[in-house]
Amino acid sequence: MRMMIIGCGRVGSVLANQLDEAGHEVVVLDRNQQAFRRLSEKFSGERIVGNGLVEEFVRPTLQEKTDLLFVITDKDNINLMIAQRVKQIFQVQRVVAVIHDSILAGLYKEMGVETVCPTDLVVKDLLQVVGES
Amino acid sequence: MYIIIVGAGKVGYHLARLLMAQGHEVMLIEKDRAKVDLLSIEFHDAIMEGDASTVEVLREAGANRADVVVAATGNDEDNLVVCQVTKLMFLRPRTIARVNNPRNEELFAGLGVDASVSATKIINAMIQEQVKAGDMMIPLLTLREGNVEIVEVELSRSSHIVKKKIKDLTLPPGSIFIAVIRGEEVIIPYGETEFQPEDKVIALVKRTSEQVLREMF
Repeated sequence: MRMMIIGCGRVGSVLANQLDEAGHEVVVLDRNQQAFRRLSEKFSGERIVGNGLVEEFVRPTLQEKTDLLFVITDKDNINLMIAQRVKQIFQVQRVVAVIHDSILAGLYKEMGVETVCPTDLVVKDLLQVVGES
Repeated sequence: MYIIIVGAGKVGYHLARLLMAQGHEVMLIEKDRAKVDLLSIEFHDAIMEGDASTVEVLREAGANRADVVVAATGNDEDNLVVCQVTKLMFLRPRTIARVNNPRNEELFAGLGVDASVSATKIINAMIQEQVKAGDMMIPLLTLREGNVEIVEVELSRSSHIVKKKIKDLTLPPGSIFIAVIRGEEVIIPYGETEFQPEDKVIALVKRTSEQVLREMF
């Protein structure tokens, strides 16, 4: 599959490494060149330095057929705006935004923006620990 | 009305003051604690600290009874989410977003923001308006206690009278073209004189005819 990841932070970089290793075509975008240091030496995908909110930076990638877009910058509101904007402009099969605020993640999911909430996932794991004790 | 304003920057601050002076109830929400501390001297209970793109903060500010929520921060992504959360969680308020990047205006409209305001667009529209109307008419000399004026108008490319001859124009009564300055040349116009872009037209006009003459250009 062909995928794009916006935000090469702790989550984005690990995801990029694993998807690349699994043989997918991966494009990673981050505002900061230094962020690509987190990628493994074997990473064979494309790296783009740029702002995900600015159409010019994402257009070259997203105007080609893209199966999946992950929006994983460290700011919820930026992720929500990028996800909604991309869906308005491009024909990406599936767009997933990482949203840390649990309530926001739920709200936007209802609105049709696919969200994954790290807070909810951690809490779920922690509650499981409680259950096991 | 009860109006919530998000972002106590220059736009939010002055908007809040204006609305309060008009007798409205206002709540200003600002993320930056230092700004809140500074402004609480002036705003007392009408300012609170918080991230207004969260449901909790909007609820605490009383968004459920607000008539209008204005998202006036310098970040379009924050303004968008504030408006969307307001629309989804609190049915009552109308939402107004400040758009910093004019390219986001269309996006906002399609995503449930009731109205968006872009300073860049407004100023641009005003400039276009100015160039179109003969508002660039410069008074050179006032005669007879202001009842007669000599004015100068530089013709833009889109002026109505460009490529037209004076004999084909109907000048308003009480006005006459007295000179056309084209580059270094001064032309005393007559019926066959044809106007070109960038011509400076000098006209004598009675105050009562000024508006009609202005509209000719």
